[in-house]
Amino acid sequence: MAATGTTATPSTTAARTPNKGLRWLRRNIITIAGLATLAYLVLPNVIVMVFSFNKPNGRFNYQWQRFSTDAWTDPCGVADLCGSLGLSLQIAVWATVGATVLGTMIAFALARYRFRARAGVNTLIFLPMAMPEVVMAASLATLFLNMGIQFGFWTILIAHIMFCLSFVVTAVKARVMSMDPRLEQAAQDLYASPVQTFLRVTLPIAAPGIASGALLSFALSFDDFIITNFNAGSTVTFPMFVWGSAQRGTPVQINVIGTAMFLVAVLCVVVGQLAGKRRKRS
Amino acid sequence: MTKNANTRSSGGDVRLQGISKTYGSFTAVHPLDLTVPAGSFFALLGASGCGKTTTLRMIAGLEEPTTGTVELSGQDVTVLPPYKRQVNTVFQNYALFPHLDIYENVAFGLRRRGIKSVKKQVEEMLDLVQLGPMARRKPQQLSGGQQQRVAVARALINHPQVLLLDEPLGALDLKLRRQMQLELKRIQTEVGITFVHVTHDQEEAMTMADTVAVMNGGRVEQLGAPADLYENPATTFVANFLGTSNLIEAEVVEAGGEELLLKAAGGKLRLPAARCSASARTGEKVLAGVRPEKVALRHTDDAGSVPEGHNRLSGRIKDASFIGVSTQYVVEVPGLGELAVYEQNIERDGRLVPGAEIVLHWSPAHTFGLDATQDIQAGADLDEEAA
Repeated sequence: MAATGTTATPSTTAARTPNKGLRWLRRNIITIAGLATLAYLVLPNVIVMVFSFNKPNGRFNYQWQRFSTDAWTDPCGVADLCGSLGLSLQIAVWATVGATVLGTMIAFALARYRFRARAGVNTLIFLPMAMPEVVMAASLATLFLNMGIQFGFWTILIAHIMFCLSFVVTAVKARVMSMDPRLEQAAQDLYASPVQTFLRVTLPIAAPGIASGALLSFALSFDDFIITNFNAGSTVTFPMFVWGSAQRGTPVQINVIGTAMFLVAVLCVVVGQLAGKRRKRS
Repeated sequence: MTKNANTRSSGGDVRLQGISKTYGSFTAVHPLDLTVPAGSFFALLGASGCGKTTTLRMIAGLEEPTTGTVELSGQDVTVLPPYKRQVNTVFQNYALFPHLDIYENVAFGLRRRGIKSVKKQVEEMLDLVQLGPMARRKPQQLSGGQQQRVAVARALINHPQVLLLDEPLGALDLKLRRQMQLELKRIQTEVGITFVHVTHDQEEAMTMADTVAVMNGGRVEQLGAPADLYENPATTFVANFLGTSNLIEAEVVEAGGEELLLKAAGGKLRLPAARCSASARTGEKVLAGVRPEKVALRHTDDAGSVPEGHNRLSGRIKDASFIGVSTQYVVEVPGLGELAVYEQNIERDGRLVPGAEIVLHWSPAHTFGLDATQDIQAGADLDEEAA
């Protein structure tokens, strides 16, 4: 409002100077806000990255001492770190596969068919997203305990598949619901058998939904701590290792692993965007 | 697969026998017999919800008939799934595969039948619909008219015995629609495949099809060549849905000869007995119909010049709208209501303005007779909706 007031009197040079500044601000406010948001998001990662090159005095990696690549050349130098990382990756992969396959099938069933328990399933599927994680973790542990199941790899995997499922179902269902049923009819009309129709038309069209569900699953499973901690027994995943070591000291190697994960994720996004751009251009 | 590569450029006939479709208590299509001759351009015309699309989908195999059989070229295909029928469909809104480019969309049918070298055929087909340079684009990058042509190419490349078109031009603007009507007609003549075309646009059906079946409420009201349907409608629905009709309630005064003598609003009308689809004994009621363009107007002062033997009625002009090639009048006839008259703009009589007293007249040969027990307004509002 003030800006429009000053533009009305452009004759006085005194009014012009603050006007210029305001105009510059108005023109660039979106860029500024964008950069500020980016800084907010990236800064923690940058700190992690910088401290992966630190050589701390003592056990805690909280103060910058001097530059060193020791941790990078020997990432498995801390006992049990790489073992827990391997386990976490393994669980994340299997949880992703399990949740994606099951979730996609559930999504199709919910989107396509009318059956008795449909409303119930629709509500239940949202529960893991809505419920406090710690409550779910505790009750799940109680269940395993009462059933006499040994805590370990399998209990963690079952727990992870359970909470990943809701994200996959949500992502895939949205995609399937918005799909024009005539596309499948057109495929059948063009000599595609039901199996071919599914593989050539339905699945490729639902693929973006399935992919986003799978990516979410991997990320959620890989860094889950609360549910895992309750259901792991003596098994140690990477988040549990980080938590555990933070009590005694923080090895630089944790920053190395964190940085590597961050770079891999950024690389995936960049490659994906480049591929998308090239496809659009051709 | 029972696909035969030698069916190129030859259509098959479609024979529907006692086919019907019910959804719960709702009957979409009443038992229906219909034969579409091989190589013809056949239109199913009707307002939305009349069962025309359901009929088409039963031919395609996308809908299972409740009763009856579907035959293609003499072979009973009633129980065959859509992918085993040598029929292809151009869907409403085209249903192009969004994840495939134009080339792969067109090649889809060939690939599913295990044909390896599709390049030549796909390129030929894209040339036929003038989309060669667009081969590598995605459907959403094309305009509506181009998408429509892809949908036609994708179906035609399979050389089906019958091509089914479900409101294929419905999403296009008027000018493009006219252009595509001619284009589709040209393609049909060129490839000789049987076309079954579903539309709610009576003008589209009449310009394109050899035979039109007018459907209403799940039944075929009348079937015939466009000119025949227009000149000799059998029901009030057809009379009102195809173009405009003036329907006059009249009483039969004299029957038995080649012409029936009718009495309406005090005047006498004559109707060729052969053109009356209703029973017409003396004393019974019939609807006498005449198309607006067949009726001529004379100012009352010139009433003497009306040709001898013409049907004539007196009235007053209520409204006149000039639309270039013709002037459309609404004439109020006492005791009958409003009649429409289209006069070609050849010699315009300056006295024919709203309020003028006039005489309407037409040759008795242009009169048709309908059963008076029907709803006189049937199909009239639907046509306006569709247009």
